[in-house]
Amino acid sequence: MNKTAVVPSTSMPPNAKKPMGQRIKDFVIDYKRQWEIQSMILPGIIFMIIFCYIPIYGLTIAFKNYTVIDTLSSAPWVGLDNFKIILSDEYFWDAVVNTLGISFLKLGIGFIIPIILAIMIYELNMGRFKKFVQTISYLPHFLSWIVLGGMLITWFSTSGLFNELLLNLGLISKPSNILLDSGKYWWIATLSDIWKEAGWGTILYLAIMSKIDPTYYEAAKIDGASRLRQIWNITLPNMKSIISLNLILTVSGLLGSNLDQTLVLMNSQNRARAEVINSYVYRMGMTQGDFSYATAVGLGVSIVSVILLVTANKITSKLNDNQSVL
Amino acid sequence: MNRKVVKEDIDSRIFDAVNMVLLIIFMVIILVPLWNVIISSLSSGKALAEGGFIFWSKEFSLENYRAVFNDSSIGQSFLVSISKTFVGVFTHVFFCAMIGYGLSKRYIRGRKLYVAMGVITMFFSGGMIPTYLLIKSLGLLNSFWVYIIPALFSYYDVVILMNFFRNVPDSLEESAKIDGAGDWHIFLKIFIPLSMPAMATIALFNGVGQWNDFMTTKLYITNQALYPLQMKLYEIIVQSQTQSMQNIGGSAVIETTTKGVQLATIVITTLPIVVMYPVLQRYFISGMMMGAVKE
Repeated sequence: MNKTAVVPSTSMPPNAKKPMGQRIKDFVIDYKRQWEIQSMILPGIIFMIIFCYIPIYGLTIAFKNYTVIDTLSSAPWVGLDNFKIILSDEYFWDAVVNTLGISFLKLGIGFIIPIILAIMIYELNMGRFKKFVQTISYLPHFLSWIVLGGMLITWFSTSGLFNELLLNLGLISKPSNILLDSGKYWWIATLSDIWKEAGWGTILYLAIMSKIDPTYYEAAKIDGASRLRQIWNITLPNMKSIISLNLILTVSGLLGSNLDQTLVLMNSQNRARAEVINSYVYRMGMTQGDFSYATAVGLGVSIVSVILLVTANKITSKLNDNQSVL
Repeated sequence: MNRKVVKEDIDSRIFDAVNMVLLIIFMVIILVPLWNVIISSLSSGKALAEGGFIFWSKEFSLENYRAVFNDSSIGQSFLVSISKTFVGVFTHVFFCAMIGYGLSKRYIRGRKLYVAMGVITMFFSGGMIPTYLLIKSLGLLNSFWVYIIPALFSYYDVVILMNFFRNVPDSLEESAKIDGAGDWHIFLKIFIPLSMPAMATIALFNGVGQWNDFMTTKLYITNQALYPLQMKLYEIIVQSQTQSMQNIGGSAVIETTTKGVQLATIVITTLPIVVMYPVLQRYFISGMMMGAVKE
């Protein structure tokens, strides 16, 4: 009863037929009455306008020729000139090739491993050991890329862990610094990412699996289904929607390869195979000061990413009996 | 029939055995490199130069750590890391909780617009350069506050907290209102204490993010006094990389000292996370689930 006194218009349906002036007046009256609670939201709205929407407006410099002496609005418009340069910029296309190469390797291998790993952990019968495996597998996720980069550099150095292992196994006869070999970079980027995130990727799958009705498995056992059969016919179908959701999110992120990883692992020797779009944007914008051009590259990539997201969502919803996952 | 069951049993045992062996291999792949880093960081420069150890240090020594702590800028970086993590986490959680609480009330005016504005920020952003220009024009370059202010808000976290606040029974709020409490009072005295688990989860995720964050420094900070550990480590790495490339066949002594310092810094940078890890672990699984729940 008291609640309605505080917020009288709660139950009033929004009436579109009222004249505009009246609606604004209503809004102002309600807003004043709700002032205390509105004062909690207002800082958030101001934050979003400043830190999210002004940069979105700032994307217009992709269509301008912005130099350090300009302000956002004073820079002259140049239309699509920046985008035309992109098309003939071979460094940009190198970065695109590397981004796609690394992303597809990550997608091809890195997407399946957490699923397999989650099933393996789920199938473990010993509670203690299961917990232990989970604890260890989540750990690398919490290391920063700088820390992992530092580790990789020592592991791959001439006297590092990897050369040591390969020498002992008799696979190589002379140690060499693996990170300076640009031909191997895609694999290093992919495998180190998998090493870091594979265990973490199992959490969501394990959570979903724990909700599968155990009677399915009991029934399958009575029918004499082997463990692999049970996985194939019960576990996997139950995870279909979460797997598609993950796939959509992964595909939409294909072009946004990890900047931290690239910055720490890239060096002058492997640059040709290591430069990705994000690091290219960083280099053009932040180190060479070509703000307009770098923004144009970034904007182009975001547009393609949105297209990928929509396409992936369409395809998976077809596969999932026309039910959109997003 | 009986034979079939026995056969199933054997098959199932083979499955378990193979599964276990594969998972043990998986754990070895994760643990051996980590172990190697710790052991190497505790070895003398001479042993590092010889190489050849993976599992146990030939010559135990703390010289790498001594070298790191002799560099006073590492202590300064540690302080920066700690303070930005603590201040960042508290302000972030409070700010997101405040907005989440406001938005959890369905009756407020303009709610649809606010939610739409928030959702858009989840999918679109200005990207690196426009954000840099904004930070620059706000005068946040080379300021400690660049670690805190732009990191105040995340709509994901607002949504999580909003959903959590919704689950608190309405009657609590109603009875407080009858007693004459205002919204702020209810939020601070009733909802915040009741929502500690949700806020702890967000705090822990955000804390790991703050501790591991390096791009903010790389983009906006040039003043060495404001470098957190991650940036310090990055500098040591880059330095040793160029050194080892220039010194191919050159001075091995310099190379192993920087290598030792690098390893010790890696361990020091990671230590707080590893110490917090058992606490973290209790929360992050539920946190992942909360994050997966859509409004």
